[in-house]
Amino acid sequence: MIRLRGVSKLFHGSSAPAVADLSLDVPEGELVVLVGPSGCGKTTTLKMINRIVEPTSGTIEIGGRDAAAVPAPELRRGIGYVIQQIGLFPHRTIAENIATVPNLLGWDRRRVDARIEELVELMGLSPDMKHRYPSELSGGQRQRVGVARALAADPPVLLMDEPFGAVDPIVRTRLQDELSRLQDQLCKTIVFVTHDIDEAVRLGDRVAILNLGGRLEQYDTPAEVLRAPANAFVEQFLGKERGLKRLSLIPVTSLELVHGPVVDAGVSVDEAKRAMAVHGTEWVGVMDELRLRGWVWGADLSPDRRVGDHATRDFRVWIDAHASLREALDAIVNTRNQVAVVYDGDRYLGMLTVEQISAELLR
Amino acid sequence: MTWLLAQGSGDRAFIRWRWIGGHLDDIWQQTVEHLTLTGIAVGVGLAVSLLLAVVALRWRRLYAPIAAAGGILYTIPSIAAFALLVPFFGFSYLTAEIALVSYTILILVRNIVTGIDGVPDEVLEAATGMGYTGPRRFVGIELPLALPVIIAGIRVATVTTVGLVTVTALIGQGGLGKFILDGFRRSIIFPTAIFVGTVGSVVLAVVLDALLLGLERLLAPWQRRVAG
Repeated sequence: MIRLRGVSKLFHGSSAPAVADLSLDVPEGELVVLVGPSGCGKTTTLKMINRIVEPTSGTIEIGGRDAAAVPAPELRRGIGYVIQQIGLFPHRTIAENIATVPNLLGWDRRRVDARIEELVELMGLSPDMKHRYPSELSGGQRQRVGVARALAADPPVLLMDEPFGAVDPIVRTRLQDELSRLQDQLCKTIVFVTHDIDEAVRLGDRVAILNLGGRLEQYDTPAEVLRAPANAFVEQFLGKERGLKRLSLIPVTSLELVHGPVVDAGVSVDEAKRAMAVHGTEWVGVMDELRLRGWVWGADLSPDRRVGDHATRDFRVWIDAHASLREALDAIVNTRNQVAVVYDGDRYLGMLTVEQISAELLR
Repeated sequence: MTWLLAQGSGDRAFIRWRWIGGHLDDIWQQTVEHLTLTGIAVGVGLAVSLLLAVVALRWRRLYAPIAAAGGILYTIPSIAAFALLVPFFGFSYLTAEIALVSYTILILVRNIVTGIDGVPDEVLEAATGMGYTGPRRFVGIELPLALPVIIAGIRVATVTTVGLVTVTALIGQGGLGKFILDGFRRSIIFPTAIFVGTVGSVVLAVVLDALLLGLERLLAPWQRRVAG
């Protein structure tokens, strides 16, 4: 746990503080994102935690210890640090780069080698990369090495300063996913700085929205910040599509799915028409046991046959139970039925309608 | 060109290979002497320059005066330098080395400082952020990364010094310059000796330069490999 209390930083020669009287708790094992416009002091705040920047006043505690009471190099060896330009050592191989902090800590050779193996595998790097130099790697690979290097001595705390800012959007998304997966596995206490609100919302367990001069405007879970911005600044910073961003954070299964106008293949057309009337639709879904076979227009049903004897149309978009409401909404607007069909593997779970989703947003 | 024509009598050739054959021992000895003078000058110059460069990097304001002083030393003509030093140190090895060392300072200090300044900021920040102490960072990160620029400076200093050592023959401190001096001092100019001294010194410079280039490749292997 990292605890900032009344932390301020006034840089030499500037009249206004970069960070003024900031108090913030980063709970253990959580990923907290500091986000805000440039000049909001987010990077300064991050750098005060490992004392690259010394606070002018206030205290910072890391795991119950006052950071100022520990010699800075010793403090930093216990904190993983990843910066945007990565800063790999060009004259050292990937293995040597990863081994940096273990070597500074004086680990023996065998332990260092074993740790390198472990991290190369964890980061999904190919083993032959170990003996290459950073200049021989792509941007995404370098960034993974940067993270591996920061994790090398297994520090409980990780500081990441716009780590994915310099890679192209496709690689960035992939690195973000990898970080989320890694964090599920490792449960580090991570402070992550970005100016990109989408990245913040995507990665953070909590987001701290900072205004100029390091003023903390709101500190909460991404869903809560999106649901109820604390003030006009936060609302403006969250930007357009606030509702959609929020939807992307809510899993489909958090809503009560409706069974929908869906009947078993063996029932009569009359029964199917009753189901349509109940839901107010002009189509009906046809089930085979647990599977949803497809759907039929009500007008196409001939009264002398069973529902299952009619040719069905496929539901074009199915979504997985782990999908977000944003994906569900996308499915809805892309299909004629105006519903999102939710599956858990092969099993039909139910349907979502626009009304349900917008009701959730207004909650 | 008159001395060329004067060679008509006696041995007819412009270059008397037989003379060279008969003086191989002396040539070898002077080559070793030349190398020693050069080696000591560049070695001591490097040590002094490293010290000065560290001072200049630590106290930035001192860089300009240090560079200026090195520049002044560099502009003193070598013969004048010997003339100035001889009254104090005589026609000695020390006189020769003091002059030679002082000529390396400007180039070496400048290249060391430039090389270390060229280390990318993000590399320094990463090093500090991971818990490097100042001195350890200097030795482990900054110096190795500055090495190519430093070695480039050593190469220039070495080639310059090899040339300058020929002049130290004037104060009786051997090297291949001795042959050049001999060649001119005879009553009839003796081109063979001048040739030996000149070519010997040029070859020495070229060989040392190539060796240092090889050393750079060896010590900075990361430079050659680039993604692709």
